Order: sequence, then structure tokens, then C-alpha cells
Amino acid sequence: MSYEPVIGLEVHVQMSTDSKIFCTCSNKFGAEPNTNVCPVCLGMPGVLPVLNEKVVEYTVKAGLALNCQIRSKSVFARKNYFYPDLPKAYQISQYELPICEHGYIDIELEDGTQKRIGITRIHIEEDAGKLNHEAGCSLVDLNRTGTPLMEIVSEPDLRSAEEAKAYLMKLKTILEYVEVSDCNMEEGSMRCDANVSIRPDSNAPFGTRAEIKNVNSFRNVERAIKYEQKRQEKVLNEGGKIVQETRLFNADTGITASMRGKEDAHDYRYFPDPDLVPIVLEDKFIDDLKAWMPELPDAKLARFMSEYGLSGMDADFLVSAKAYGQYFEQAVKAHNNPKAVCNWIMGELMRRLNDKQCTIFEAGISPENLAEIVKLIDEGKISGNIAKQVFDETAETGKKPADIVAEKGLVQNSNEDELEAIVKQVLDANPAETERFKGGEVKLQGFFMGQIMKASKGKANPAVVAPLLKKLTS
Amino acid sequence: MLGKTLKELSEALNKKEFSSAELTQFYLDRISKYDGEICAYNYINENVINQAKAVDEKRAKGETLPVYAGIPMALKDLIIQKDMPATCSSKILEGFVPPFQGTAAQLLEDAGFLCLGKLSMDEFAMGSSNETAYRKKTRNPWDTSRVPGGSSGGSAASVAAGLTTFALGSDTGGSIRQPASLCGITGMKPTYGRVSRFGLIAFASSLDQIGPMTSNISDNAAILSVIGKYDKKDSTSLNVAQEDYAKYLTGDVKGMKIGVPKEYFAEGIAPDVRECVNKAIKAYEGMGCEIVEISMPHTEYAVATYYIIATAEASSNLGRYDGIRFGFRADADNLKDMFYESRSQGFGDEVKRRIMLGTYVLSAGYYDAYYIKAQKVRTLIKQDFVNAFEKVDAIICPTSPTTAFKAGEKMSDPLQMYLSDINTISLNLYGGCGLSMPCGFGADGMPVGVQLLGKYFDEGRLYNLAYAFEQQAKLPVMPEKLK
Ligand SMILES: [Zn+2]
Repeated sequence: MSYEPVIGLEVHVQMSTDSKIFCTCSNKFGAEPNTNVCPVCLGMPGVLPVLNEKVVEYTVKAGLALNCQIRSKSVFARKNYFYPDLPKAYQISQYELPICEHGYIDIELEDGTQKRIGITRIHIEEDAGKLNHEAGCSLVDLNRTGTPLMEIVSEPDLRSAEEAKAYLMKLKTILEYVEVSDCNMEEGSMRCDANVSIRPDSNAPFGTRAEIKNVNSFRNVERAIKYEQKRQEKVLNEGGKIVQETRLFNADTGITASMRGKEDAHDYRYFPDPDLVPIVLEDKFIDDLKAWMPELPDAKLARFMSEYGLSGMDADFLVSAKAYGQYFEQAVKAHNNPKAVCNWIMGELMRRLNDKQCTIFEAGISPENLAEIVKLIDEGKISGNIAKQVFDETAETGKKPADIVAEKGLVQNSNEDELEAIVKQVLDANPAETERFKGGEVKLQGFFMGQIMKASKGKANPAVVAPLLKKLTS
Repeated sequence: MLGKTLKELSEALNKKEFSSAELTQFYLDRISKYDGEICAYNYINENVINQAKAVDEKRAKGETLPVYAGIPMALKDLIIQKDMPATCSSKILEGFVPPFQGTAAQLLEDAGFLCLGKLSMDEFAMGSSNETAYRKKTRNPWDTSRVPGGSSGGSAASVAAGLTTFALGSDTGGSIRQPASLCGITGMKPTYGRVSRFGLIAFASSLDQIGPMTSNISDNAAILSVIGKYDKKDSTSLNVAQEDYAKYLTGDVKGMKIGVPKEYFAEGIAPDVRECVNKAIKAYEGMGCEIVEISMPHTEYAVATYYIIATAEASSNLGRYDGIRFGFRADADNLKDMFYESRSQGFGDEVKRRIMLGTYVLSAGYYDAYYIKAQKVRTLIKQDFVNAFEKVDAIICPTSPTTAFKAGEKMSDPLQMYLSDINTISLNLYGGCGLSMPCGFGADGMPVGVQLLGKYFDEGRLYNLAYAFEQQAKLPVMPEKLK
């Protein structure tokens, strides 16, 4: 029997504020253990939290970008439990009155259609510390304690592992656009828990769900959900019952294992934190942030298609990271050939990004230089092959493409007389192939073009050579 | 040096009648002489005499000094003073020395005060007799077979016995006023938000407030003028201008309306206490005040409401004492046992009782019935005060139902102990200010206190009323044998 999965995601996103949520400690990742700490984030007796206003600003930005309603009054609550990485034995979070509610994200499905995924709520909370397990002991690092988090909870609207991944990637893109997090899953600045259940068909009531913890990459989200879906199907097909529980995903083995059942579920004893006053937002605060909002991926996609005549696939690529779109538009501004600029970004530039593991603006090719290369091609000054050479050289040296072309004499040869001589020379050197080509073996066209390019040191203009070749062999 | 107000001490130091070192040594000597029996001090600052000498040197050089430069004082052991132990009289905090400065201590330091040491209290401020303290179970200077009250029992006793010029205490449900009453001194619980809680080790965050405990009204007003300051480090601190309360000490209270709530004169109030308080009311009448009988109908629910809200907050606030980062840690084979054993061995019975009660009222399935219900009743109790203050300027009533009781008398019966705070608790739920001052002696010769309750940020009015009574009553403030 087959089943339909029902999936909801709870995503924890670390905000990229300069300081922590309730103290002035640095919020930077990667410092020596227990150096970014103070009495407040260490939870010493006698200290009090003071809310970092940037955290509110960042969360409201995210809420607006995710189409949420922003509460004018929201309240912090304490979530009580004991764990060595939680110095106060409670996490300051939001419970009954979260700051953002009732939002959505539109994701694109594989068949090209759009699907709207509801966002139940976004609330603010503080991160806990980290345990480093070593042989025979566990060491507590409290640098991360007090890092501002937003927890983004989706509705159970996702119906496959692929949809879950698409949702997560879209979420990441949007949050990067509004500059509230670097959403780096490897460094843990974006973490995901998945609630998964299955049901016989899309009209059946939801099944009992399992909460899958510790899913920390896009690939693992897919793997974990697929595994869990299969596991639940097997249980039901063997006549068993799904139990409500929390399961831990193991990225090494790819399986989920029970962590605790419903009966062991924590009673967190939430209650309003008496040390903090409610967050009260004035309309002006929200309006100012609305005015600040950058163009978001969906709007940008539509504009790139209509304004630049790009295909959906091209535009989709360019909006997948805010910097790509910025780079693209800067290049097009310098030379108006959007399609070619886009191709160069998706091709050579991405190859270089992968090789160098750098960001688009760090790759050594400015948008203006890339535009110049495309312009040199468009003006017939260099061939596509030469252009790749110029691209690499520009990237390595930072020199202007036109200067490289001039210095190295890479200008394309479009002189018919000179090229005719080269074509003749190549035909003479390959009499057998010439005969066969004349006899109608058209696939030798490539061979001859290659030989001619070689003989011209890559500078022959193919657009001039092709008719010459035709003329001299007919 | 005894019996001088802070203002007089300051003047004497400036006129070099005696040095700061002499004054400080005088108190250190009294501590060595009397504290063995009174047991007020958890910790004595051995460096204080050097600090006093340093002030004297500056004074000798003619440097400009803060008003109270070189005057020693002491702090309840849950108020953070940087680099001095802060134990809350609990085993679980033994060895904890805070590496940061609390706001109240900083403001006192800025005003020139020196810290003699830290004063005993009921463990984590949970108790009304100082008997829940892990080590120093402070006794009442007027009769050392009796308790000093609590939880600021060490603070009250040290002031009454002349073992400090004044002390800071903290009041969550009467912890400043009740011991002040039992020890015959003056204690003020300021409006919630008047004094920063940064550096106050929390018992119940929505109720806790630091306040001065002094041997006279003028000192009390002077200290609140120093520590009653808005602090960005406490989100519940209110941005209300700092005041010099000395200006309220005029002696003129004519035309003031004082409410007498019948619920605060219920059956449990001892006849001798009632008699003393009634005399005080008569005195006010004589000074031209209008005495108005009022009713605060939700008073009977205050103790239950308080013990739900305070314990709920405490159960969470005290979670951090887990043996991991500071204080006492029990040996155990694994993490869970270490948590369990550290807390089982580190906390005393009363603290454990309240943590369990608080955990229970916040638990799933009980939260609405207890915690939410209590919050609703708290609103009604607040409303009682709001209504009362529409009719009167201040409220007068006994602070404690009885004078100081014998040590051990109520320890076996928590409910009896909780009722010691029946007249003080409501004010914390409301959040206004309240002051207890001596108004006479009971049949047993022990001090009786009268309480004045005021609306938000109306401390000035309470000081005015208190000062007028003090000037007229002229009661002895210290047991004869300790002079
Ligand atoms: Zn910090």
C-alpha cells in the first residue's frame, strides 16, 4: 500500500547581529571556546537580560519577507529544562504571543507549478551553548549561548522530501535577501527539525507524526524525510502503529532512531519571563522596515524575465542568490546583452566559483570586466574560445579584457583574403578529407573548422570562415 | 559614633572629629564583640579597614570626596558586591564569588560607602525567621532566644545591634518590612522598578525589590535617594527621575488622608500589636491627618496568590544552581545524578518545598488552574490598591501580626510561618512602596512595627509621614545592653 507523506519543518536560523540577544558579547562564530561570554550569557546569579533591539528588527524583516502578520505586542517566555549547555536552566523564547504569524512562501514544484507553503509563526529565542564530547568527558562551550535565533515553523503543507528541500532553499534565499542571517547550514546557522507523518491518501486525516531532529544540510533533509517516510510505511504495512516520538537523524548511517517517546516528552513549564517587558512595536517601526525591504526573489524573477527577456530557468538561477542578481544587473548595465551575460555567469564564472570556493564578487572578475568580454565577442573582436582565455587572464591578473586582447594580439581575424589563404592551406594539407567532404560527408565540417582555428591560432572568425569553406569546397 | 545619622557621620568625618578608619574599626570591634551571639554576618570584608585608610588619606590631601566617603555599611547576602562571596545563605552557592558588580552596590560605592560584609538571610530569601539559613541563623538583638524575622534577618539584626550604620535588604513578600518590624528598625520596600535588580540574586523576579534598612527615617530616605535610580541593565527598572527624599522630611502631614483597611486588622493580629498600631493611628490623627476606614476585599487571597506566583518564578530562577559552573557540586557517576545530588544536597528543605510547589503550578495540566488563576487574582489585588488610593494618600496597618517569636517555634509549621507575612505580601503583588517603622513595644518587651503603604513612586510621601511620627514618638532604637 502506498502513502502520502505530510511534512512540516521547524527551522532555527541564527541571526547575523553583531552582538548577542541579551548581552553585549560578540556574536561571531569560530572564537576560542568560552571567550565570547559574560556574566549575563553565563547565567550567573544576579544578572538580567536586556533585549538587543537589532534582533527585533531582523525578525520583523524576516516576517515581512515571509508575508507574515507582525504582532504589535509579543511576549518572551521561559522554556525550562536542565542541560549542561543551558546555563540558566531555561531558554528565553516566545510561546503564546510570537512576534510574527500567518505567513507563507511560494515554492516551485518540479512540474513548474507553484505551491504555497504556510508559515505558522516566527518567534525569537536564544541559542544554547555547545557540548564537545571527547574521550571520557564532555566540554561545555558557551560562546553560542545567547546567539539570537528565529524559529520559523511551517504548516504541515509539504508533501514530499523534494518539496521540503525546495521550501528550505527558498527560505534560505529569502533570508539572505533581507540580510538577517548567512544561513550557513555547515556552521549551524540554519538548523532544521522535520515533523513527518504519512496517510493513505490526500483526503485521509493526518497520521501520527514523528519529529526528526538534527537535520543539518539540504541533502540530509531529503534523506532523513525519505528514510522516515519508508520506515513509517513499513511499520504500517506490517500491521504496526506509528508512535508519537522524537527521532534523531544520523547523517553517517542515513537512518533515524528513537530519541524519546511521548511519555518522556519534556514538560517545559513555559511562563512569561518576568525579567523582560513585552515587545511593543509601533506602526512607524514596521512601516520603516517595509520601506527598507529589498526586492525579493519572486518579484525579481518576474522582472528579470520581462525586463531582460530571460528564460524562467536563467532568471531562476540569477535570483537564487542575491549577489548573482546584483552582479548580473551591474554587468548588463555596462553592456546590454542579458542572455550572453547570464550564460557567462552560469558557465565560466560558476566554474571559477566552484574551483576557488569564493563568492561571486571575490572571483577576480568584476561585472564590468565580464561585460567587456561579452562586448568584445559581440563586436566580433574575439572568438568565444579566445574569450575564455581572456576571462582566465583577467581573473588572474585583474587587467582589463581589452588590454589583454591588445597586448597579446588576440583580436579575431575577419579578413576574408587572409582567411581564404588559411582555408586553402588546410584543404591542401588534407586532400583525402577534402575529397570526402566534397563528396557530401558533412560531419567533416567540424574537423576542418578545428584545423582552420588551429592554423589561425584561434583567431579566425568562424562567421567568416564557414562561408569561405563552403565556397572553396563546392 | 552610634546613634548618629548618615548626614551627621558625613559631617563628623569632614570635620575630622574621627577618621573613617576609626569609624570602620568601631564597627568591626562591635561585630567581633556581638556577632558571635547575633550571627548576622555571613562574610566580613577583611580589606575594609584598608579601604577606610585610603579614604582618610584622600581626605587628608583635600581631595573632593563623595558625600558618604568612608562610611561603612553592609549588604544582604543576595546583593552582588564584586569580588565578595554571595551565598544567599545557601550551601549550593558556597564558594561563589561574583566577578561583576551589581548596580545597587555600585551606586553605594559611587556615593563613597565601604562594604563591611555580607549579611545572613533566609536561604534564597525564603523564610520569615532567618532560620532557613544554611549557616548563620541570625537572632534578634532585643532577645537572642527570638528570631529577627526574615528573610532580611541579618540586615535587620545588624542595624538594630549597631553592627553597621545601615544595611540593604530585599523584599519579595515582606522580607524587608517584617524583620524591620521584629527588630525595631525602619525598612522600606520601594516601588517595583525604583531600584535596579541587576545584582540582586533572584527569588521571584516580578516581586523582588532592594531597599534600605536603617535605624532612622532620614537615613532611609538618604539611601533610597542614592540607589533609587533608573538602570538600563534591568528591563523592569522604570525611567523615573532620581529623587532627593530628604526634601519630604518636613514634619508637616496636616490634611493627609490615611486609610485603615479592616482586612489588615483581622483576628490573627495580636492584641498588643493592635494596640501599638492604634496608638500610631491616633498620633497621626493628632497631627492633623484624616483617618479613613477602607476595605481591600481581596486581601484574604493574597497569601495563596503570592505562594503560587513567587514559587513558580523561583522554580525557574533557581534552575541555574545545577553544580556545573559555580557553587556546590556533589560527586556522582553521571550527569543526571550530579544534577540531582547537587540540588538535593545543596538546597535546604524550605527552598526545595518552594521549588516543588512552583514546578507543580507551572506543570502541564495545572498551569491554568494555578498560575493563570493566580495572575488573575493578582490583578484583583492590584485593583484593591488602586481603588484605595483613589480615596486615601497612604494606608496604615500592622507590619507583622505578632512581635518576634521564639526560635524554633514555627519551623515545623510552614503555613504558620507563611502567615507572618499576611500583612506585607499584598503590596508586592501590587508593586507599590511600603515602609515599616517602630511604633512601640509589645507585652513581651519586643518591638512592634507599623506599616505605611503607598502608591507607585510615592516613597516621598511615606517618608514624610514616617518622619513626622518618628519625631513625635521618640522611641528607643537599640536595646540598652548593646549601647
Ligand atoms: Zn554575554
